[in-house]
Amino acid sequence: MVEQVRKLLDKKLNSIQGLEELRKSLQADKDSSRMVISVCGGTGCRASGAEAVVEAFAEEIERQELAAKIEFKETGCHGFCERGPVVVIGPKKIFYQRVQPEDVPEIIAETVVKGGVVRRLLYTDPATDEEITYETDVPFYNRQTRHILGANGEIDPTDIEQYIAAGGYAALAKVLAGMTPEAIVKEITESGLRGRGGGGFPTGRKWQSCRAAAGEVKYVLCNADEGDPGAYQDRSILEGNPHSVIEGMIIGAYAIGAGQGYIYVRNEYPLAVEHARAALDQAVEYGLLGEDILGTGFDFKVTINKGGGAFVCGESSALIASLEGKVGEPRAKYVHMSEKGLWDKPSLLNNVKTWANVPLIINKGADWYAKIGTPGSKGTMIFSLVGKINNSGLVEVPFGITLREMIYDIGGGIPNGKKFKAVQTGGPSGGCIPEEFLDTPVDFDALTKLGSMMGSGGMIVMDEDNCMVDVARYFIEFLKGESCGKCTPCREGLAKLSEILNRITHGQGVPEDLELMADLGEILHDGALCALGKSAANPVLSTLKYFKDEYLAHINEKKCPAGVCRELLTFSIDPEKCTGCGVCARGCSTNAISGEKKQPHVINQGMCIKCGVCYDACKFGAVIKE
Amino acid sequence: MTKYWLSGEKSVDVVEAEDADVVHFSVDDKDVMVSGGQTIYEALQRMPGIAEIPALCYHPAVRPYGACRLCTVEVSEDGGKTFRFVASCLYPVKEGMMVKTNSEKVRKLRKGIIELLLARCPNTQIIKELAAEYGVEKPRFALGDNDCILCGLCVRACQEIIGKSAISLVNRGIYKEVAAPFYAYELGEGCIGCGDCAFVCPTGAIVMGPNGKPQLPRVKIPYAEIGAMAAQGKASASQG
Repeated sequence: MVEQVRKLLDKKLNSIQGLEELRKSLQADKDSSRMVISVCGGTGCRASGAEAVVEAFAEEIERQELAAKIEFKETGCHGFCERGPVVVIGPKKIFYQRVQPEDVPEIIAETVVKGGVVRRLLYTDPATDEEITYETDVPFYNRQTRHILGANGEIDPTDIEQYIAAGGYAALAKVLAGMTPEAIVKEITESGLRGRGGGGFPTGRKWQSCRAAAGEVKYVLCNADEGDPGAYQDRSILEGNPHSVIEGMIIGAYAIGAGQGYIYVRNEYPLAVEHARAALDQAVEYGLLGEDILGTGFDFKVTINKGGGAFVCGESSALIASLEGKVGEPRAKYVHMSEKGLWDKPSLLNNVKTWANVPLIINKGADWYAKIGTPGSKGTMIFSLVGKINNSGLVEVPFGITLREMIYDIGGGIPNGKKFKAVQTGGPSGGCIPEEFLDTPVDFDALTKLGSMMGSGGMIVMDEDNCMVDVARYFIEFLKGESCGKCTPCREGLAKLSEILNRITHGQGVPEDLELMADLGEILHDGALCALGKSAANPVLSTLKYFKDEYLAHINEKKCPAGVCRELLTFSIDPEKCTGCGVCARGCSTNAISGEKKQPHVINQGMCIKCGVCYDACKFGAVIKE
Repeated sequence: MTKYWLSGEKSVDVVEAEDADVVHFSVDDKDVMVSGGQTIYEALQRMPGIAEIPALCYHPAVRPYGACRLCTVEVSEDGGKTFRFVASCLYPVKEGMMVKTNSEKVRKLRKGIIELLLARCPNTQIIKELAAEYGVEKPRFALGDNDCILCGLCVRACQEIIGKSAISLVNRGIYKEVAAPFYAYELGEGCIGCGDCAFVCPTGAIVMGPNGKPQLPRVKIPYAEIGAMAAQGKASASQG
């Protein structure tokens, strides 16, 4: 009896055969006609109140005793974050958006019980005004190729069996069953996979040099420090499908001969850490990680390490310093990390998205993978499409899609009828791309040619109300705060760039500033120790290249054409439009507005602090901002 | 018999040696041979005919750090087709490499770094000397008032030579400074008062105090650099 109970509790798989048997039995148990409710539990939807929706569903399902009839799960990020909380009802995948807890009883009554549709929760395409019922018909989704992110909507990340049932760990089984380390490296190399963390370094080459490096002890590292403002793909993968990353790391460890791995997660991702930790524990429990993996004698352990809140620790040598318990400062990489990395041992460091691509490549083969994308950039890339865009969220597309398709066809264009101005790619190391290049295919080399870069896939869309000088100022401020401060060009150079840009946006710029910034950019590029410093001037240089007229307006005319830089704005009241209602005067915190009732009001420029409250308050459009 | 310069020796010796240990490369179009396992800076330090490479954060007694970037040189490893910038204090000598220590690009970069250092430390003797040498007159930025250039030599000496690690570099970016644990104004027992930190300091920012312990340089950041606007037209050197 005790033996039977112990056998029931002991989930450890002792062989590849055991894994396949478990997978088959899980898949057999699955009734594909059974209704499945998946609620997005990613951080984005949680911010819109998804947790309350999950609770409401759980309560309602229990109350109506529907647990036997339907499958209910909280999944990872579905990607359409603009429309969260997202609820998808399978098997047909009815797509409900902006669901609130109050909507839950109606969903259960209408959709679950009756098999109908709650129309007011459906997505309406703004372009056609058409109500769309199924997820596959939503333009945001149907133009994507969601090889990696697709699983996020299907599985509960806290249940390894759902990952296994969906085909998880099959790549690991294939590797352990009969692929040599050389064959694995060859497969990754031939797939053309390039690092998804920002550098775009050929992954196969990195694996090969790590495999060839001398030494018994080697490490496999996962860079989950995702620091680019606006990027959250790594977070969503770790939250929503941590096993895909773990499986990739185990395969990598087997290929190079490593026995220990670390996942370095930034401190600001508590849910990702929680789910990754649970996933690691479960993987060990099932014999897929730890000692004697699947009974093959291969040992590999993974530990999670949290960062301390430093963007620079996403840089490989700084990350390794941080793992060693030292201050997160980069060091010269004249000897590569793949030869001397963590504790001077060969270390294979890859980004979360890169690791997540590995099981896909092993399962489907390098030839299949290499057919996707462009000659120089293979596979799909996950972008975080954010900013002034109708459909903000995570978008997975094959390389080669144009910026225009991304922004207009998938992104749904610019909200409120505003005009597109630029798209910023690659985070603080990248640059801004103006409208004339919207037909550029998105791939590593094309973006670099334009003076920007792929980076880790951030794509921030900007419109006519964004001031490009202010955008440059923002990125320089960010980098200045995140610079480790070790090398002179970056520490001093960024401080000086910040000084200059602040002067310009406050109306104290001079024509010499443009050349000065270009000079500083060159010092940073040539002299800085690490990629943070080397690429730090990119936002400034690219905005100078494509939006010089805005800089000149700030410097020569002391005006901000986009109406953003407060010091350069003047608020005044048009006496023709002013009805003398006094709303503006009542809202003015410095009492700068005066006037008789029903008479045109006047703003005292000397007292005006340019807060813009009057501009927002006036219902007659009588306040002029210029 | 193989004839080569032994870096570090005061005179040229004609010595027999195993060729396996020798690295041949060219510096400023001169062919040289040095013993392997050195960095470019170490190999060229006292080589006759090569102009001195400035390096403020380098000291032979401690491991190189690569912080000041003044020792940057141009290096080509494809026979001169492409060159890139590397810190010579850290870059190992490699067979067949071509090094340029004093090209226009190198000098321009050095001048830029010195201008930044001069803006940080306008009253520091060695910085002023470097500025004069490279033609930097007045920095085009707001001026600080530091002597410390954050080279880290004091910290590295205390850690690597003395083994006490009584001081460290703390904080990030422009707030970086040399400090004792918990910002103690007077160093306690952790510091043995050996004075090594003051000895290796290239700018004299750390001096030994009357109590036999070093006085740590405090960083002073110009208001304009913090990101706030410098008030009332005292904005920057380029204006006034």
